[in-house]
Amino acid sequence: MRSAGISTRFLRVWQRNMTVYKKVWKINFLPPILEPLFYLFAFGAGLGALVGSIVYEGNAVSYIGYIAPALIAVNMMYNSFFENTYASFVRMYYQKTFDAMLATPLSLEEIITGEIVWGATKSSIATAIMLIVISFFGIIHLPHALLLLPLAFVGGMAFSSVGMFFTAIMPSIDSFNLPIFLFITPMFLFSGTFFPLENLPLWAQKAAFVFPLTHLVKMCRALGLGHMNAPLLYNLLYLVLFSGVFFPIALYGMKKRLIK
Amino acid sequence: MEPIIEARDLAKKYGKLTAVNGISFTVYRGESFGLLGPNGAGKTTTIRMIYGFSPMSAGDLRVFGLDITKQSREIKARIGVCQQENSLDPDLTVRQNLEVFARYFDIPQKEARGITESLLRFIAMEHRKGEKVTSLSGGLMRRLVLARALINNPDLIILDEPTTGLDPQSRHQVWERLEQLKARGLTILLTTHYMEEAARLCDRIVIVDHGKILVEGKPAELIRIHVGKEVIEVAEPDSELIRWVAERNFDHENLGHRLIIYSKGGEDLFHAITANYCTGGCDLRLATLEDVFLKLTGRDLRE
Repeated sequence: MRSAGISTRFLRVWQRNMTVYKKVWKINFLPPILEPLFYLFAFGAGLGALVGSIVYEGNAVSYIGYIAPALIAVNMMYNSFFENTYASFVRMYYQKTFDAMLATPLSLEEIITGEIVWGATKSSIATAIMLIVISFFGIIHLPHALLLLPLAFVGGMAFSSVGMFFTAIMPSIDSFNLPIFLFITPMFLFSGTFFPLENLPLWAQKAAFVFPLTHLVKMCRALGLGHMNAPLLYNLLYLVLFSGVFFPIALYGMKKRLIK
Repeated sequence: MEPIIEARDLAKKYGKLTAVNGISFTVYRGESFGLLGPNGAGKTTTIRMIYGFSPMSAGDLRVFGLDITKQSREIKARIGVCQQENSLDPDLTVRQNLEVFARYFDIPQKEARGITESLLRFIAMEHRKGEKVTSLSGGLMRRLVLARALINNPDLIILDEPTTGLDPQSRHQVWERLEQLKARGLTILLTTHYMEEAARLCDRIVIVDHGKILVEGKPAELIRIHVGKEVIEVAEPDSELIRWVAERNFDHENLGHRLIIYSKGGEDLFHAITANYCTGGCDLRLATLEDVFLKLTGRDLRE
């Protein structure tokens, strides 16, 4: 009876999260404004002075210009992943928000879809704010970089889906330390974010291609530096496939967890 | 009479545990129907199946004449539910809790505003509509949950232990609201283990235990049939009295330190007992639903 399926009603769940987000928008806007400033200061002024410039696609780019798009990619990952792990878990487990929704015409599929799409939306909002901040430094290529906005949604869907999958299987909120330690942190460091993947041994380079962040960083960097090329479509395809796998798994896992 | 809920041989199994083991009952339009039972009897599981939260393991369940396995969305659109656990949205204000909930039912914003205002009046909380729900007392939260369950102008309202944990004032506040709804002709299904609540609110009840229905009927009828009119309680009864009662085959329960005699004979029996056997600690009182409940479900602790 729960397989009432998915209709556009999932937008009601999305809307609920948007209502809450707008209530505390000042706090919500702060991290995407401040974080890039902190990072750019630390890596641009601090580390950048040591590194100088870096070779990207045959051209020398400043270190700060090299990492700025990667920081946007990391920001996309964080916003969507944390929204659908910690925040969704709190709504599901502590606030019983999903239980209340299940007593309305909403189906569980719609609730979870609404949550995941919201996570991807949050990633897009944060990216928009970050773009504005970073554009003041003249280190990203406009208007190419505007494509980062739809990309934030695509990447957000991937990380939201996998986040929701972890929410479905985690026994307690403390357990999220595990996927963060084993999945998010390695991605943060080894997805071509802070240094070219080619600097890694070959096996690690290959392993990095499993990470969705590697593909997202590649695309963000290409758009940020105005360096579009056809192979980027493979990166896009990977992100779509990644969502395509984890989105139904997340739905299935949540059904198993909540429908009793 | 038009049936609102038709449950036939409802069953729910969790692995090896059978929570509900073949329950059948019908609730008619305008009726107030109570599911009573000790903790773990299967009350919550039963109503969760009715509002489409839990899939049933076996049986046949129709609400508004619709099949729950096929038309749960249509059914849920016409039901209001007060769950046992507080599921108010702590991220939202009192008013927003109602307005956001209205969206889940696809109620247009303008209409939702009007309904919200009138519901806040109904629960006497207009002056607190801007507050966060986390700042409300337990009683106010329960009233808000009740208002939220009415947002879609339901044809049936389902309440899972609506007054558990409330102080007497708050409990009476909730009861008054429920009586008003009942007077308007709303069909009510509630679970409770407060017998006073059931006797006051319910036209008809079932007592369930171990996933099965023990009895069904009107509260007053059940008292008359299973207990009688009055109950005599004797504290620290002496052995002669116990023998005397047993010899005469009076319906009684011997709890060791307390003897309970279910009397259909009224005051004569009480006078006979007080005159011959009582040195104090003898009481004659009216039989209540609680006597029926304890008699049928036993006095052992559950869980």
